[in-house]
Amino acid sequence: MFAYYFQLGLRSLRRNPALTALMVMAIGFGVAASMITYSVFRAVSGNPIPDKSAQLFTPQIDSWGPQQNVKGEPPDGLDYTDAMALMRTHEAKRQTLLYPVQMSVMPGGSSDLPIAANGYAVGSDFFPMFEVTFLYGSGWSAQDDESRGSDVVITDQLNQRLFGGADSVGRTVTLNGHDYRVVGVTSHWDPRPRFFDLFSTDGFDDASDFYMPFTRALDLQMRTGGRNSCRGKLTFTTWDGWLQSNCVWITSWVELGSAAEVARYRRFLDGYAADQQRAGRFNWAPNVRLRDVVQMLDHEHVVPPESRISLIVALAFFVICLVNTIGLLLAKFLRRAGEIGVRRALGATRREIYAQYLIEAGTVGLAGGVLGLLLTAVGVSGVGILFQPQIARLAHLDLSLIGLTMLVAIVATMIAAFYPAWRAANVQPAWQLKSN
Amino acid sequence: MSLQIKPILIALRRHKAGTVLIALQIALTLAIVCNALFIIHQRLANMSDVSGVDEANVFVIKNQWAVDQSTQQVDAQVRADLLALRQLPGVRDAAPASGYPLQGGGWDNFVTMTPDQVEPTTDSAVYTGDEHLLDTLGVHLIAGRNFHPDEVVELGTQQAIIPPVAIVSKTLADRLFPDGSALGKSFYAMGATPSTIIGIVDPLHRQGTGQWNQPYAGQSLIWPLRADDARGIFYIVRAKPGQLAAAMREAPKALYAQSRMRMIDPKDGIQDYAEIRHKAYDSDRGMAILMGIISVVLLAITAAGIVGLTSFWVGERRKQIGVRRALGATRGDILNYFLTENLLIGIGGVLVGAVLAIGINLWMVTQFETARLSLTYVATGVVALLLLGQAAVLAPALRASHVSPVEATRSV
Repeated sequence: MFAYYFQLGLRSLRRNPALTALMVMAIGFGVAASMITYSVFRAVSGNPIPDKSAQLFTPQIDSWGPQQNVKGEPPDGLDYTDAMALMRTHEAKRQTLLYPVQMSVMPGGSSDLPIAANGYAVGSDFFPMFEVTFLYGSGWSAQDDESRGSDVVITDQLNQRLFGGADSVGRTVTLNGHDYRVVGVTSHWDPRPRFFDLFSTDGFDDASDFYMPFTRALDLQMRTGGRNSCRGKLTFTTWDGWLQSNCVWITSWVELGSAAEVARYRRFLDGYAADQQRAGRFNWAPNVRLRDVVQMLDHEHVVPPESRISLIVALAFFVICLVNTIGLLLAKFLRRAGEIGVRRALGATRREIYAQYLIEAGTVGLAGGVLGLLLTAVGVSGVGILFQPQIARLAHLDLSLIGLTMLVAIVATMIAAFYPAWRAANVQPAWQLKSN
Repeated sequence: MSLQIKPILIALRRHKAGTVLIALQIALTLAIVCNALFIIHQRLANMSDVSGVDEANVFVIKNQWAVDQSTQQVDAQVRADLLALRQLPGVRDAAPASGYPLQGGGWDNFVTMTPDQVEPTTDSAVYTGDEHLLDTLGVHLIAGRNFHPDEVVELGTQQAIIPPVAIVSKTLADRLFPDGSALGKSFYAMGATPSTIIGIVDPLHRQGTGQWNQPYAGQSLIWPLRADDARGIFYIVRAKPGQLAAAMREAPKALYAQSRMRMIDPKDGIQDYAEIRHKAYDSDRGMAILMGIISVVLLAITAAGIVGLTSFWVGERRKQIGVRRALGATRGDILNYFLTENLLIGIGGVLVGAVLAIGINLWMVTQFETARLSLTYVATGVVALLLLGQAAVLAPALRASHVSPVEATRSV
């Protein structure tokens, strides 16, 4: 019966071509607008490290106090004093400090002009903590952190540029005039949003080129290539003066395996802040935060308001298209009241009529979905006009989006058809037969 | 010609579903289009902010240093670079800077009136430059004087140096000294020592264009500092009129001739203000375009929906129309009937829609800190949708008015 009704549905698409075209367009545009904006929203709101996001936490300590912090929240980064204190205690299973650095690299070959490279100064735990995947070699060891070695992990992108993609482990890279030994080459690892650095980036910066030891970066007095946020009166004129200031510029991450560990680390943070208060460094009660990846993404508003607003407006647009479709389906179905009357008089039940018209609406939804899919494909490729380039390039049309487009189009149209089909099923056969 | 409202209302009761659907569609369309147009208006207003810069002739070079150097070494290089840039035939002036208007984000300091004030009075964007900066940017000095060359000092990597003098934007001057007496007065910008206002420029946009900057829009200050940061520097260059392209081609060559241990990104290391403005407002522009597309398509679909349903009603009522015509109704009467019917539905729709539009806006205010919807938008939207309804119904109504009285006698 389904196949027959489906055939009838397809045939009736041609019956009122203008009305049908209108419905198909309404559904097509509505579903395409929703899917295009959803493809962007999906890209910016996704969980970049789903299997570990609940075990990775970023500690925040209020080193500015209630008069200078932002609405009672501790600063989003750590100052040098607090960062080093957290690092020294080894309270967490794994932990790393990090900040962005920019350096020059000599590309070698025929060119003698240095190129700019962006990277991060990180601890050795960075690689296992964040599940960095390697093409060649690996990260450096905790001993290398201690010995403040000149090791570097480069990304496949920089490896391609410097070594043509060959295994470069053991080779030398010159960064800002200093030599570094390559210990690992990452395979394409660039989580989006870049959850681990939401202090200096909005989560969607260009991919990194290298990772170097945090301790080595400090030895070289490398200034942060990212944000540096300070309060009160600034008086520093030297590297050490800056380190001792209240400027926050370091992000800290810890890995905590269980709820008990999280609770213990929370207590430790509170205890640390209380110690600072007792020591007279803080003149306020402990004010600390321990947010996991998802909470941090939310706290830093990683999803741009533009993406949210456009998704909401597009969904509202789709709803209006569906209201439009309800009206048009009503017109289309009731125009055939005579026909329905005859079928009912010949013994068709209301249920059968209802099913037939729902399926017919489904075929309209199918056609709308096909149009919507075409428009979505066009829209996703042209989404660069609507969103910032670094966000727009994350949106893409994949199998799940194609499936979702078709499913949403068909299901939504069938929901829109509930009422018109019910009206069709309730046509009184006697009335129709009489007037003919 | 009298309006036949009562019979229309009675007739509408027989088409409850269709009536409600059209009214609902008009209501929702009004609510969405009002808010979309309001968003477009706000975004376009952002995009038309004046920077204060002579945008037609100014470009910015992002110059990163390739090796670690001392502040003295960097300073010598910066001076040599600037000399070389200023000597180029197409260049009017050049200045060293740590940031520039519409950069997208950058250095800002809190401002206080006294040294021991904890709660800041306001916030100001901080620009640094030498005595050439005002002429290079092309900003208008409306009071006071420019920096003297001997007031300009070196600013090493991440040093907190507070110069004794500053030039401020008029917006900042008025914010700090509302009585207009800013010139010669001093303020504190996160330093132990004050800066005295020696000049006032108007306007001078902040680096940032995002929402965070809105409360401090237009508030900026310039300190006489040469940004000798070990990481890099911005060179702002003003070309002679009509020579922008040539100057942009020659500038990097002149710099590389000075020293090759620098990095100027071949992709976006040199940007003119058309590009800077384009980038600064790309999310505003994108939102305006998206809201525009959605509004247009939405209005078209609503109009088409009205055409579709009214055509159906006309088809359904051909016989009744024929009877009315046979009983003496003119074509005008019939046309009028359908136009009035649509107007009544439309009025119902826009009343609900206006409430909905304001409701959605209030929700957006709480969610996204957007501004309040101006009532002129709602009023314009109401008129536009009523007109749209009348236009949409015109074709089917005309068709109805052409139904011949003879229809009344058919098929009975």
